[in-house]
Amino acid sequence: MFKTSNGEEIFVIDAHIHLWDARPENQKNVHGAQFINCFHDYHKALSPEEYLWPAEKFQRYGADALYEDLFVNGYDDMAICQPTYLKDFYKEGFNTTEQNALLREKHPDRIILNGAFDPRDEEEGLDYLENLVNTYGIKGVKLYTAEWRGDSKGYKLSDPWSKRYLDKAQKLGIKNIHVHKGPTILPLNRDAFDVADIDDAATDFPELNFIVDHVGLPRLDDFCWIAVQEPNVYGGLAVASAFVHARPRYFAEMMAELLFWVGEDRLLFASDYGIWQPKWLIEKFMEFELPEDLSAETGVNLTLEGKRKILGLNAAKLYGIDVESQMARIEAGEG
Amino acid sequence: MVLAPNPPMVEDKHLRDEVWNCLATVNDPELDESVTDMGFIDRLEIDKNNEVIIEFRLPTFWCAPNFAFLMANDMREAVEKLSWVPRVIITLTDHCHAEAINNGVHKGLSFSEAFPEQTEANLDELREIFRRKAFKMRQELLLRTLKEIGYKGSELCLLKIDELVAIVSEDHNFSLLRSRYLEVRKEFGGPYGCDKLAFTSDTGEAISSESFVEYLSGLRRVRVNSEFNANMCRSVLKSRYGENKKVATN
Repeated sequence: MFKTSNGEEIFVIDAHIHLWDARPENQKNVHGAQFINCFHDYHKALSPEEYLWPAEKFQRYGADALYEDLFVNGYDDMAICQPTYLKDFYKEGFNTTEQNALLREKHPDRIILNGAFDPRDEEEGLDYLENLVNTYGIKGVKLYTAEWRGDSKGYKLSDPWSKRYLDKAQKLGIKNIHVHKGPTILPLNRDAFDVADIDDAATDFPELNFIVDHVGLPRLDDFCWIAVQEPNVYGGLAVASAFVHARPRYFAEMMAELLFWVGEDRLLFASDYGIWQPKWLIEKFMEFELPEDLSAETGVNLTLEGKRKILGLNAAKLYGIDVESQMARIEAGEG
Repeated sequence: MVLAPNPPMVEDKHLRDEVWNCLATVNDPELDESVTDMGFIDRLEIDKNNEVIIEFRLPTFWCAPNFAFLMANDMREAVEKLSWVPRVIITLTDHCHAEAINNGVHKGLSFSEAFPEQTEANLDELREIFRRKAFKMRQELLLRTLKEIGYKGSELCLLKIDELVAIVSEDHNFSLLRSRYLEVRKEFGGPYGCDKLAFTSDTGEAISSESFVEYLSGLRRVRVNSEFNANMCRSVLKSRYGENKKVATN
């Protein structure tokens, strides 16, 4: 809960958080080491100085620090825990649904647990998906289309097996498909970050919501164009929102574009914790105003009402959360 | 203080400058910024046989191998144009596909030969997609500047190439934007010539003054994305390697 200087309360759902184990003893190979180093570089590139973590803490911060950083200091009321398996890089995985489920057990009113599937698991994976829904009641999945798997360097949502999985997900009552577009999708001569497959999937599965992580960056322009045409495409602001501190002008230009093309009803705040912390992200976002020149040029504004939607109300709608009763549950359980 | 010239060093600096200027013409195709401006060049040496040794690095271990390959190849070709250079050895470091890329570029392989069974064709199509985006970005920046100078949308829609060339401005930035735009205008936007429209869509259609504002919004989206990416790349490169070492001799 964030309180404005006028005492207005803003309900916050952080749409993208992790609890990972990337310690050297869990790394399988050089890719495991490079992967967490790359995350750490992003952390160092955009965090305010007082929030910088050394490599050791960044490799594994643990559930207690997470609770403290998100829910005690960080203004998050709820957070969506997104799994990233990466079993080719990490012996026990980077953060799996099963590991994240322990976190939800501890804080059931705070954590929204998402699952994951990988169409390259074919038949076997369809059973796993059904199992995830039956065991954990998940309403969302996180897809990491660039995940390495043996010789495969990724897949697309328009692949035939992807469609079977999306069809199955829809039948199982899953509503939200979070998609991370990553850098190594085959064939290599194509643009690896191409978001066009999301357009296909969103047309084929109009009842599913597609939340594109990092608002499609580094293909924000193509993402915006798809979102204009597909009403069930949303943008997750992880990574993008971190620019609010280190590069405020670029953050402003990007927000103006997003508000112009996608609109305040289809954007979701996300910290990408532990890469960045919601405390400073939310404080800076609430302070932020769209500069007049950009407002004049694009004709859009970022009002308090818009911020309220982006910080929590949009995600609440997607996950069927009634804000008032959820707040009462959190206060009663305090966990 | 007497400035004593040191001939071998002067010659060396001169040669290095020549190489550096060649490298500066090579763009990161995704960002439309030069590899030298982005800080990608980590080492530049010229040995006693005039062979040129170049090392470069990128912001992450995972940066797209296709773009990395394009840049490595373009750098080699650019420097090989210098008549005194017998050979260029380019090495990409700290990258998940470094070996395949370095090997491919050294042996003069095509991308699909360097990555057998992982590609469908060569990189021409990819290069064109991003060159087209570069056209839009450069056009937007130039249109924006012209509007600031006082041109109206309705005038810009009808402006001919020779009229654009004739605009006199003391603003160095304007001249730079104009020459960068005209360079890519030769590749996109329909027939090129003095009496042709300066500002057309990438596919060569005229822009009507009624749709000018909307057209500009579409361009702006492409430019904002690219600037954001370039910023991200610079920030992450700095995290990974610290402040950029001064490889240049300036």
